[in-house]
Amino acid sequence: MVAEATLLEREERGQSLWLQSWRRLRRKRVAMLSLAFLVIVYLGGAFAPWLAPHGYNEQNLEVVFHSPSWRYPLGTDRLGRDMLSRLIWGARTAAIVSIAAVATGSLFLGIFLGSVAGYMGRWVDTIIMRVGDIFLAFPSLLLVIIIAATVKPRVTEFLTRVETRAGISGLVESGAVDYLVVFGTLALVGWVGMARLVRGQILSIKERPFVEAAQALGASSWRILFVHILPSAISPVIVTISMAMGSAVTSEVVLSWLGIGIQPPNPSWGRMIFENGGVVTLRIHPHLLIEPVMVVALVIFAFNLLGDGLNDALNPRVR
Amino acid sequence: MLSYIVRRLLWAPVVLLAVSLVTFTLGQYGPGDPVEVLLGRHTNPDVVARIRHERGLDRPFWRQYVDYIGKALHGDLGESFQYRGEPVGSLIARKIGVSAQLDLVALFLSLAIGIPMGLMAALKQGTWLDTALVSFSLIFYSLPVFLTAPFVILALSLALKLLPAAGWGGIFDTHIIMPALVLGLPGVAVWTRQMRASTLDVVGQDYVRTARAKGLLQRTILSRHIGRNALLPIFTLVGLSLGGLVEGAFITETLFGIPGIGRLGVESIFARDYPVIMALTLIVAVAFILANIFVDVGYTFLDPRIRYR
Repeated sequence: MVAEATLLEREERGQSLWLQSWRRLRRKRVAMLSLAFLVIVYLGGAFAPWLAPHGYNEQNLEVVFHSPSWRYPLGTDRLGRDMLSRLIWGARTAAIVSIAAVATGSLFLGIFLGSVAGYMGRWVDTIIMRVGDIFLAFPSLLLVIIIAATVKPRVTEFLTRVETRAGISGLVESGAVDYLVVFGTLALVGWVGMARLVRGQILSIKERPFVEAAQALGASSWRILFVHILPSAISPVIVTISMAMGSAVTSEVVLSWLGIGIQPPNPSWGRMIFENGGVVTLRIHPHLLIEPVMVVALVIFAFNLLGDGLNDALNPRVR
Repeated sequence: MLSYIVRRLLWAPVVLLAVSLVTFTLGQYGPGDPVEVLLGRHTNPDVVARIRHERGLDRPFWRQYVDYIGKALHGDLGESFQYRGEPVGSLIARKIGVSAQLDLVALFLSLAIGIPMGLMAALKQGTWLDTALVSFSLIFYSLPVFLTAPFVILALSLALKLLPAAGWGGIFDTHIIMPALVLGLPGVAVWTRQMRASTLDVVGQDYVRTARAKGLLQRTILSRHIGRNALLPIFTLVGLSLGGLVEGAFITETLFGIPGIGRLGVESIFARDYPVIMALTLIVAVAFILANIFVDVGYTFLDPRIRYR
């Protein structure tokens, strides 16, 4: 045990935090497998136009309910649309929504508000955290559903007005509103968890000697916050991002499944689950439902496992 | 300690007020004119104006909000649009019993599955069974109910033909088993983990060793000395599962066609039935806040090291 520890230390001496963490993460098979799977799904989404053998809405009524075959590896649905292609295009939607939602909600809003609250303290802290309490008074999914359902017609109206004034068209028709509303709502609801975490981190870090030293040297508050404090708080943030991505994917799927997220004809896993979820379809062609359900389940599960692995790799103290 | 509880309780109405303001604002600026929903599109403008006036919809925003809160405090939550003017209070009262039954059975099932699993995992600590049980429960924990539901329907209803696929017949009907199971599955992981941890705490205690030394049967030690003490912390944590149940009920009830408040909520969102949405939101928020306080307070009794100031 002792020998192992010293070996580990020797190996890690002189390496940056990132390299050390990456090495520790690489030893975790489950986490690496999850990461690989997620990279494949997200890249698949990014390159959907080139990867998918068919269009997401390309109907072929001659091959309705086709069983999996060489031509249609995962079969076709009730309109003769290729399931594999629809899953790949659905990955694109999930990727766009989750990345946008986590980047604006957790990363931007959450870190900014959390660090300001933690560092400024006093009334700024009180206001930000109390607003956060209000968000936490709902089950978050419920809040997302209510906001998305209410706000959408207003956003559509607004965008239509913008279009007519600017003389462009196609924005509303393309369904961009759905994406905007879904990711906007998720961002609006998603900042609280991250803000609380960052605030807690900063409260503990700002009492450490190196912050005091920076203050004594005359560094400004903003410099201390962004150069000295935030980098020390980064590892739990990364873990949380992994978890937040998973729940953003879940929320997009739930919203689309309920019919207030991404609307057809645009591709979404939630829509696929809804369309193929009837008892009759389930009885005769269960693979049509099982395929999207499995993909979503694996993505959610992979994000959680990756989060666990990152947690172990980035917080060596709790190992 | 007492002052902490009092402060939390005093803070609760403030949060509720904020919650109601947010929902009310969303309702005001949200889509759909309530009178139009009530009367249909092509009506006499005079009639519309009269009804708007009668219902106070032509008054300024703040007056309407204050009015709403005043009435709500007297138990008057307004009238539903989609149910042709039925008072929201009686509408919810009619449906909340159904949800309560479903939640109760779901909670019971998740405890009935989770506690033995946790006990088993703790007794076989460090073996493959321990790992298997804990990771198995975590799979269901991370999956939302509408992903597990198809599999449960497929297995229990379509393949084995054991249970009916959808419908509602009250708490003593076989219809309740499948939705309750689906709703309860995510909670299983919580109980498994908690039971495992608390059993491990108890197993090492002196009185368990004494019981063994006395030569008591393993069965007796398990039920009287280990089980009973390990269960204690579980029951104070039941409040924590409420949030998950409420959230899951929206989807489970819609999926299985159960006439509870979850399905009512989803229906109301689509019908833009704002009085109902607001009332449900407030009820859920109240339940959520109380459950959180309950859990926080429960923790301090469990773990004397935690002190709130």
